[in-house]
Amino acid sequence: MTALISVRGLHVAGRRRDGSEVGIVRDVSLEVQRGEMLALIGESGSGKTTIALSLMGYVRPGCRISGGEIEVAGYRVDQMTPDPLRNFRGKTISYVAQNAGSAFNPALTLHRQVIEPALSHWVLPRRDAERRAVDLFRAMALPHPETIGARYPHQLSGGQLQRLMAAMALITEPEVVVFDEPTTALDVTTQIEVLEAFRAVLAERGITGVYVTHDLAVVAQVADRAVVLRNGAVCESGPTSEVLERPHAPYARELVEASRLPVRAMAAAGPVPEPVLTLSDMVVGYGSVDARGLPARRILDGINLSVPRGRILGIIGESGCGKSTLVRTIAGLQASAAGTIRFRGEDLAGAVARRTPDQRRRLQIVAQNADLVLNPAWTVGAILMRVLRFFHGLRGAEARAEALRLLDLVRLPQSVFERRPPELSGGQKQRVNFARALAARPDLVLCDEITAALDPVVAAAILELLADLQATLGLSCIFITHDLHALRAVCDRVAVLLGGHVVEQCDAASLMDGVHHPYSRLLVSSVPEMRPGWLDEVTRQRQVATDAPPPPVAAGGCPFVSRCAMRIEDICDHVPPPVVPGAGGARIACHHPLADLPPLLQADGAA
Amino acid sequence: MNRGLGRLVLGRLGASAFSLVFVIVAIFTITAALPGDVADTLLGQGATAGATAALRHAMGLDQPAWLRFWHWLDSMLHADPGRSLLTGRPVAELIGLRLYNSLLLAGATAAVSVPASLALGLACTMRQGSRFDRFVTTALLGVVSVPVFLLATVAVFVFAVQFRVAPALADINAVHSVWQFIRVFFMPVITLAGATTAQMSRMIRACMIDVFSAPWIEMAVLKGVPPVRIVLFHALPNAIGPVVNAIALSLSSLLGGVVVVETVFNYPGMAGLMVDSVAARDVPVVQCCALIFCVAYLFLTTLADVVAVASTRRGGSH
Amino acid sequence: MSALRTCLAGAARLAPGSRRALLLLAAWFALAALGPLLAPHAPGEIVDREVFAPFSVRHWLGTDYLGRDVGSRLLWSVRYTVLISTLSTLISCCCGFVLGIATTATSVWVERVLGRLMDGLLSIPSLLFALLVIAAAGESIPALVLTMGVIYMPGAYRTSRALALRIARADYVTASLARGENRSFVILREILPNMMGPLLSDIGLRFVYAVLLLSNLSFLGLGVQPPLVDLGSLVRENVLGLAYGAPAVLVPTVVLALLTVGINLALGGQRS
Repeated sequence: MTALISVRGLHVAGRRRDGSEVGIVRDVSLEVQRGEMLALIGESGSGKTTIALSLMGYVRPGCRISGGEIEVAGYRVDQMTPDPLRNFRGKTISYVAQNAGSAFNPALTLHRQVIEPALSHWVLPRRDAERRAVDLFRAMALPHPETIGARYPHQLSGGQLQRLMAAMALITEPEVVVFDEPTTALDVTTQIEVLEAFRAVLAERGITGVYVTHDLAVVAQVADRAVVLRNGAVCESGPTSEVLERPHAPYARELVEASRLPVRAMAAAGPVPEPVLTLSDMVVGYGSVDARGLPARRILDGINLSVPRGRILGIIGESGCGKSTLVRTIAGLQASAAGTIRFRGEDLAGAVARRTPDQRRRLQIVAQNADLVLNPAWTVGAILMRVLRFFHGLRGAEARAEALRLLDLVRLPQSVFERRPPELSGGQKQRVNFARALAARPDLVLCDEITAALDPVVAAAILELLADLQATLGLSCIFITHDLHALRAVCDRVAVLLGGHVVEQCDAASLMDGVHHPYSRLLVSSVPEMRPGWLDEVTRQRQVATDAPPPPVAAGGCPFVSRCAMRIEDICDHVPPPVVPGAGGARIACHHPLADLPPLLQADGAA
Repeated sequence: MNRGLGRLVLGRLGASAFSLVFVIVAIFTITAALPGDVADTLLGQGATAGATAALRHAMGLDQPAWLRFWHWLDSMLHADPGRSLLTGRPVAELIGLRLYNSLLLAGATAAVSVPASLALGLACTMRQGSRFDRFVTTALLGVVSVPVFLLATVAVFVFAVQFRVAPALADINAVHSVWQFIRVFFMPVITLAGATTAQMSRMIRACMIDVFSAPWIEMAVLKGVPPVRIVLFHALPNAIGPVVNAIALSLSSLLGGVVVVETVFNYPGMAGLMVDSVAARDVPVVQCCALIFCVAYLFLTTLADVVAVASTRRGGSH
Repeated sequence: MSALRTCLAGAARLAPGSRRALLLLAAWFALAALGPLLAPHAPGEIVDREVFAPFSVRHWLGTDYLGRDVGSRLLWSVRYTVLISTLSTLISCCCGFVLGIATTATSVWVERVLGRLMDGLLSIPSLLFALLVIAAAGESIPALVLTMGVIYMPGAYRTSRALALRIARADYVTASLARGENRSFVILREILPNMMGPLLSDIGLRFVYAVLLLSNLSFLGLGVQPPLVDLGSLVRENVLGLAYGAPAVLVPTVVLALLTVGINLALGGQRS
């Protein structure tokens, strides 16, 4: 049987600002057999999306296919003229975009958009197309399949939109589907639902496809074969298990290692050091204020946390759980409605302007997006020297020497001193960001999603740097993340945040087994593992979850009640769950006695 | 949804009402409160102080400013803008027919430039980056960069001097047939429409390109949706607000052009009257003309604002 | 001092378009400063009996409607056009930028009142505003400069304020505030350097606007008055020469177009 997709010697060139051309994709060849799923793996800028789009005969503005042959389902895509190409797109090959939230037209109902390919290509009469759309919605496990199409994109969640987009791609029953990082923008617990839905539909229909991603664990679940790309060229290819378990190329090995971060060693046993920072009953919100001065809409509700000196407290949660608000509150950039912050034994004012210079110096932030927190008009040296002068009064040669020492500390070459942030890579910027925080000689560093914007290999290096710095300088840290791997690699203790509540606190080492809050359990079990077949196992385990409609969420109830399989009717939805102490200093907020909570059965450690 | 929309629209109307008050006060303040009042101008430098004072008293200029403002506002509200200082004829009578002529000119210009700009703007958007697009955008930039009188001069040089297809002066009294109408209006309209179209198509192109860079347009392309359908069904519903705004803004900036064009072609419109009155310091006429222009300008921009608000609220959010 | 240095460093990393426009502006300033020194005749001197004479060796750009040397008058007119437009641009941009940036740090009420005033000014079309002032105050050069300065101030205010607000929301400004830096440091060192590029191109745009308005006014006979002369009035006084294709009217037209189109093209058409 011949290949359904065959690319030989593909070159794609992009125009730079000054008009010269640069190769984005260089000499890429690949083949996909009918019914197979091929994964294109690579970091940002590796050309993976460009290759995927070129299969549809499409290149982004400013680029052009400069050589090679592309054959898809018998069509020579690189030689097609616009009209046949338009007939080919959407009918023979279709596309699932990375961010469904922006890939749907905000002014049109979803229904119109989903059946549009079928109507544009005269594949089906309107009535049949509508029926097929509803069938696909049902197959994708979307709620209210009959009526969901009448909504507008902004009325649905990201996970739902992504499934609708897959339904749109399948409505013409194309021979090939291109998935462009379809779950990257989603939370893990949503991602797994979407992956389950995709998998069910794809397996049933025998779809041939190309799946673009940077997440090796997802590759293990969906792909038969994998191609690793770097700088626009193929660096490794083969069957998925081969590529993931026995990579040959050095870069592929790095990539695999970066997704198997070593778990942080337990802190030495003994008494827990006294806390450097303590949050008590913190409430942050907006809207009308009740008699006790508490706002009606709460972003954070009754947060109690403490960071032991010299330890790293990880805070994990999905988008919208209040992580960023927590950081801003501790940093003094967001007013709280109630609660206190104690820092090194003294009360910390809510607003940064009312804190003493010494308090400000001792509490530093390393923010998520180094692009935005470093002033592009300043050189790296000036950025560091300003902090040294501001907090320590260092000037001239003294400040310069100290700044160079800091660059050394974060393992940056001294040549960076004279350069400006826009000239640096993402990883380098994040290191500068670290150096700036360290320049203040802080006691506590708030790390807010510091690896979220970085590629896996670079992120792994940054995490390593954090762990080393923490060990050598004895820093205390709060490490905010949505990534369980990163969390386990650097943290001593973990707080799980959901809907503005801390549902559980425990040691990082014990997160993967034993008894946990149902939400922690869901979170941990939703993180894909890098072995084929994991998704099937999880899917089987989950079928026991109830299908009963979730109760309306009332104030004061457990934030997980709407998704909890073991909720107690009439209690969980309005009675605040008590905090129960567990083994190893764990604290779990749940109405169930700990003995009733099912333990996580997985063996410890990343598979 | 409707409550939010209503509040937004009311907000826009309120802002416009404030602007209207500001404009009225500003027009009066500038023309009546600055040094060198009408009596000086009328009598010239040779006049005795006594004669000037007497005239001031007769004209009510010795009253305090707020009282004069009140009288002026009162008469404006009664559609009685007073008499021309120069000819003594009622301002309303002077303006009446000329206002109609100006509206005719503006209407003809809009009728030409709106479709032309939409076509040009869309054509450029759809071939963005092509040689056609680069040529057209550069040419349009050139046209918006030169003063309107320069366009008028070139139009006269080309059409009246070189090819003799249309008269250089617009004799509006000679219009008795459609053909004559076209001949008379050709030059002023072509000049004005040139300036307006350049401005308008640039703005339309800018907001269409903005819409076209959205990921859902790329998605529509990858779905194999025909280009015409992409423009009409995907892009336009999202571009209505900005495009209407662009049209209204360009039409209102047409005003500067009208002033020049009416003067160059000796067209008997209100702007020409205003220029003559400014030169002659005929303040009542100037005030009245300025007020009419400002109200027209405000009306257009407010209308565009309201349309823009209404259209973006439709599918955009709750 | 160091604020100045960061700003200059910001300007040195300008987009090529803005840099080209700045060079072009400098060239025009040089012409305005030196041009009249090179003029072979006084601007008012009648040098020939022939009016609307074509290009010739004696009078390179021909003669005007009174038989004066067009070349000499052109050099003088460039000086007045550039001078008046520059002064008014300086007024509008200085006031507009200072107010626009300052209101990001003042209380909300100052901004509201100022913003409403600026909106009000914007709702009077520019040519109309100029005509009103001229009707009341007459056509003197200081009045022209001041009027045009006021007319284009709201635009400068809005541009700089929008820019400053956008940058003030940037995370590096938050970081600076969290460190405890004071307002003036944040505005001068963190915000301003990142505004230099857009502000400079805004100055270029406003200069072009000023040239256009001034030329239109002069063409209507309400701008620069004889015996002084600018490009607009040069076209006006020689407009009868159009019938003969005289350089007296064509050359100033072309020079004016070169001035405005050149700067706008260099800026890459950033105006909306």
